[in-house]
Amino acid sequence: MIWVDTIVQGVLLGGLYALFAAGLSLVFGIMRLVNLAHGDLIVLAAFVILTMAGALGLHPFVAVLIAAPVMFAVGWLLQTYVLNRVLGDDILPPLLVTFGLSVVIQNGLLEGFSADSQKLSAGPIEAASIKLGPIAVGVMPLLTLVSAIVVIFALNQLFYRTKLGRAFRATSDDAVTAGLMGIRPRNVFAIATGIAMVVATIAALYLGIRANFDPTIGPARLIYAFQAVIIGGLGSLWGTLAGGIVIGVAQGLGAAINPEWQILAGHIAFVLVLLIRPRGLFPRAND
Amino acid sequence: MLSRRKFMQTGAAIAASSVALPAFAAGSKIKIGYVSPQSGPLSAFAQADTYVIENFVKKAAEEGFDIEVIVKDSQSNPNRAAEVARELIVRDEVHLICVASTPETTNPVCTIAEAEEIPVISSVAPWQPWFIGQQGNPADPASWQPFDYVHHFFWGLEDNVGVFMNMWAQIDSNKNVGALWPNDGDGNAWASEVGMPPALAAAGYNLTDPGRFQNLTDDFSAQINAFKQNNCDIMVGIPIPPDFTTFWTQAKQQGYNPKMVSVAKALLFPESVAALGDLGHNLTCEVWWSPNHPYKSSLTGQSCADLAGEFQDYAKRQWTMPLGFVHALFEVALDAIKRASDPTDGDEMAELIGATKLDTAVGLIQWGRDNVPPFAQPNISKTPLVGGQWRRQDDGSFDLVIVENGLAPEIPLTGTLETLS
Repeated sequence: MIWVDTIVQGVLLGGLYALFAAGLSLVFGIMRLVNLAHGDLIVLAAFVILTMAGALGLHPFVAVLIAAPVMFAVGWLLQTYVLNRVLGDDILPPLLVTFGLSVVIQNGLLEGFSADSQKLSAGPIEAASIKLGPIAVGVMPLLTLVSAIVVIFALNQLFYRTKLGRAFRATSDDAVTAGLMGIRPRNVFAIATGIAMVVATIAALYLGIRANFDPTIGPARLIYAFQAVIIGGLGSLWGTLAGGIVIGVAQGLGAAINPEWQILAGHIAFVLVLLIRPRGLFPRAND
Repeated sequence: MLSRRKFMQTGAAIAASSVALPAFAAGSKIKIGYVSPQSGPLSAFAQADTYVIENFVKKAAEEGFDIEVIVKDSQSNPNRAAEVARELIVRDEVHLICVASTPETTNPVCTIAEAEEIPVISSVAPWQPWFIGQQGNPADPASWQPFDYVHHFFWGLEDNVGVFMNMWAQIDSNKNVGALWPNDGDGNAWASEVGMPPALAAAGYNLTDPGRFQNLTDDFSAQINAFKQNNCDIMVGIPIPPDFTTFWTQAKQQGYNPKMVSVAKALLFPESVAALGDLGHNLTCEVWWSPNHPYKSSLTGQSCADLAGEFQDYAKRQWTMPLGFVHALFEVALDAIKRASDPTDGDEMAELIGATKLDTAVGLIQWGRDNVPPFAQPNISKTPLVGGQWRRQDDGSFDLVIVENGLAPEIPLTGTLETLS
C-alpha cells in the first residue's frame, strides 16, 4: 500500500513540476530562448501575489486573478524591451541576459522584501485531505495537479485552435517566412512571454502555498523545470506534464528506498530518458 | 614635488614620532571589522546588526573611545566571507574583527584572521562546527589544535540535544522519535555518533531515521510514511525553513499527528513560524536568547527586555535571537579595549579577550571554563540554552514561551509545555 501511496504522491508532485516547466516550455518552444530567470520570475510572481493578498486582504486564490495580468505585463515589457533586442542567430546573448536578469530580480526582491521567509496563507485548506481508501490525498497537491492539467490543456487549445496559436507555431517553425506572411515575430514573442508569465503566476500560487519562499529560492526550483521540459520533449506541452510526473514519481520512489536517493533518483530518471530517447518522450518537430 | 630636503624632514619626523609617542595614543581611532550575512539566504540572522552597531558606536563615543566599525557583508557565502575578512585586514587595517552567524560566516573569517594574527570575537554558530570545522583534520581528534587569536561564544550540539530531550521527558509519550535530518553540516552532525542517536538510546527512546535528504526537497511522503508506521509520538529535526513548511503541511494532509515537534534552525525566527499560520502553534525549538533572560548588558545597563523593546521600536519588527548575541560581541570587544594598554596591538588584545570575565546580555562570557572538553576550552565559552514553544496569539503573531530550563535554571520559565494532540 505504501508503494501505491508513494506513486500517488509522486504524481501529485509532478503536477507542481509541470506547472514550473510549462512557462519555460512555451518560451523555449516558440523562440528557442532558454530563460534562466524563469525560477526567479516565479518567485517574483509569488511576491506579487503576496503583496496583493496583503494589501487588499484577499485570499491568494483571488489575488492571483490580479497578479496574473500584472505578470502578463511584466512578461510583455521584458520581451519587448529587453529580450527581443538580444534574440538572434547566436543563442548566447539571450542566455547571458536572462542569467543577469536572475541576479537582478533576486537582489531587487531582497531589497524590497528583505530576506524574510514568506508564505501564502490559504487557510485550513492547506492541511485538508481527501481519503481515497487507505491513501490520504492532500487537497492542495490535488488542486496543483488539476491546475497543471487545465493549464496545459488550455495552452494546447490556444496553440492548435486559435489564430494566435497558428502565429506561434508559424514563428516557431520559421520566423522569417512567418514575417513574410504578415506576422510580426517580435509581437508574437512578447505575447508568448506574457502568457508564460501568467503560467508562472499560477505556479507561484501553488509554490507559495506549499512551502516558504524567499528572494533567493528561485534557481533551486528551476532545475526540475528544465528536466521536465527535456524529458517531455522540446515544444510538447503534454510532454512537459509527463516529464514533471516522471521526475515526481522517480523522486518519490527514490525517497521510499532512502531519502538520500530522492533528488538523485529524479536526475537518474532524466539521464535514463535521455539515453533511451535523446529527444525526449514526445518531441514535437524535427529541429 | 617632494624635495629631497622635505623628504628627509618628514622621514625624520616620522622616525622621531614613533620613538617618542607611546604605542597607543589615547583618543586615536580603533578600527573594528564586522562580518555577517546581511544578504542571501542567511540574512535573517543579520536583522539586528544596524541597530546594535549604531548603538555601540554611540555608547563607545560617550565613554571616550573613538571607534570605527567597518561592516562587511558575507552574502551568505563562505568564499565571500573569507574575501571580506582579507579586505578588512589588508586594506582597512582593522585591529579587531567581530563575526557572527553560522559556521559558513564565522569559520572562513576566523581561519584567515588566525593566520594573519588579528584577534577575532565570534558567535552564533554551535561550537562543534566552529572548532572542529576549522581543524586541519576534523576526523582525527588527536590532531586538533587550539587557536591563539580567535575566540568564540555560543552553545553546542550537546546542549541542543539535552534541551530537546528534557522537553520530551516532561510529556507522556510512547518514546518513539522520528528524525528529519538533512544532508548538510547540521543534519550530519545531529545524526552522527556525537549527535542525538547515542543520547536517545541511552534514555530509552526508539529512533526512526529514514536517512539524510537533500535541502529544498519538495516531497516528504517517504518520511511521513515511516513516522506513521513506527507510530512516532515525537518528531525532531534540523531542516531549513522551506523544507519544514513542506514537511509539516504534508504531514497534516497525510494524517501524521505527533504529540511533540522539536525543530532546530527552521523555527528560530518569528517570521518563519508566522508563515505556518495555525500549523505553527505549539511547535518547540531551542532558545538561545529572549527578552525574558535575566541578564543585563554591560554596555548600556539595559535588561534583555529593554534591549528587545528598544530594538522593536527602532526596527519596527519583532525581536530575534541574534540581537542579544551581536550585542554581546561588542560588549566583549569594548571590555577588552578598556582593559588594554594598546587596543591596536593584536597580541595583547587576543590575550585580553581570552581573559574576559564579563556578564553580558547573553550571560557570563568567560573562556577556559570546564563545561567544554579540554581541547576547546581556550577558545570556547558556552552560553546557556533553554527550550521554547511558539504560541499563536489571537492577532496571528507568535510568542515564544520558555518551557524548559533544565540546563540553565537561572532563566525563568514563562509557561508550561503543551502537547500538540
